[in-house]
Amino acid sequence: MKVGVVTFPGSLDDVDARRAVRVAGGEPVALWHGDHSLAAVDAVVLPGGFSYGDYLRCGAIARFAPVMQEVVSAAAGGLPVLGICNGFQILCEAHLLPGALIRNDHRKFVCRDQRLRIENNRTSWTSSYDEGAEITVPLKNGEGGFVADTATVDRLEGEGRVVARYLDVNPNGSLRDIAGITNEHGNVVGLMPHPEHAVEELCGSGTDGLGFFTSVLQAVVSA
Amino acid sequence: MPRVVVHVMPKREILDPQGKAIHQALPRLGVTSVTDVRQGKRFELMVEGELTEARLAEIDDLAEKLLSNPVIEDYSVSVVDSVETSGTP
Repeated sequence: MKVGVVTFPGSLDDVDARRAVRVAGGEPVALWHGDHSLAAVDAVVLPGGFSYGDYLRCGAIARFAPVMQEVVSAAAGGLPVLGICNGFQILCEAHLLPGALIRNDHRKFVCRDQRLRIENNRTSWTSSYDEGAEITVPLKNGEGGFVADTATVDRLEGEGRVVARYLDVNPNGSLRDIAGITNEHGNVVGLMPHPEHAVEELCGSGTDGLGFFTSVLQAVVSA
Repeated sequence: MPRVVVHVMPKREILDPQGKAIHQALPRLGVTSVTDVRQGKRFELMVEGELTEARLAEIDDLAEKLLSNPVIEDYSVSVVDSVETSGTP
């Protein structure tokens, strides 16, 4: 069970994402932004960080990286893709997910353990959770405010495509407390918080994030 | 060599935290008459050869796909010292 993790220039959390895949029982495969092939992986994670220095807009330049052309076409064919934080921004820029992420409304970088509710456990990345499960994982972003026009947000809500919602506080001004969304088929998920940082007790953030990675391993087996 | 300028601005309905921060600093300079500030971007593109319709269309496409994100931003394209053309809105 191979899960590719793409490293862009400026990625930060690629190593943690690969580690999370291993802890969940999968085989992590390092992919490079300049790759023209996905090395026959069964799923792809676009990790957090500051790809290309966040120049222009977060994710705007990464979207045109050679590996992203492969990711976009494979996602259309049903390949599970998880974008975390900067990866979420890249998925929006690549139009694999609707909306955009803008600077936090309070203008400060936020770093906290964030409570979330899993609202859709029918995606490739959330099937290990019970619907309505409340989990805590680290959140760290400067530009994590999810925005889209009202019709788009209404459609996401109506189709059950809000995957996770912030609880207790809205940390970045995201519309309707949206922390993560999915595409129509449930194989592409974008998430602002960082489940890959909460997979081992050793790190002090609990293990609530592990479910994202065990979910995809199950999804690949049953596919 | 013709120069093409692309302006990108956050859409009216999108919150602009940077513009807001700048606006809040204005009273420190004694300026109270400015009611709002929005921050955008200006790109200057140097183009080789003649600026044909096809090249301008190429730049418009670039402005829409890369220089701006149509979900949150509007852009306009103008040729410096020459004809003007604009994209959305």
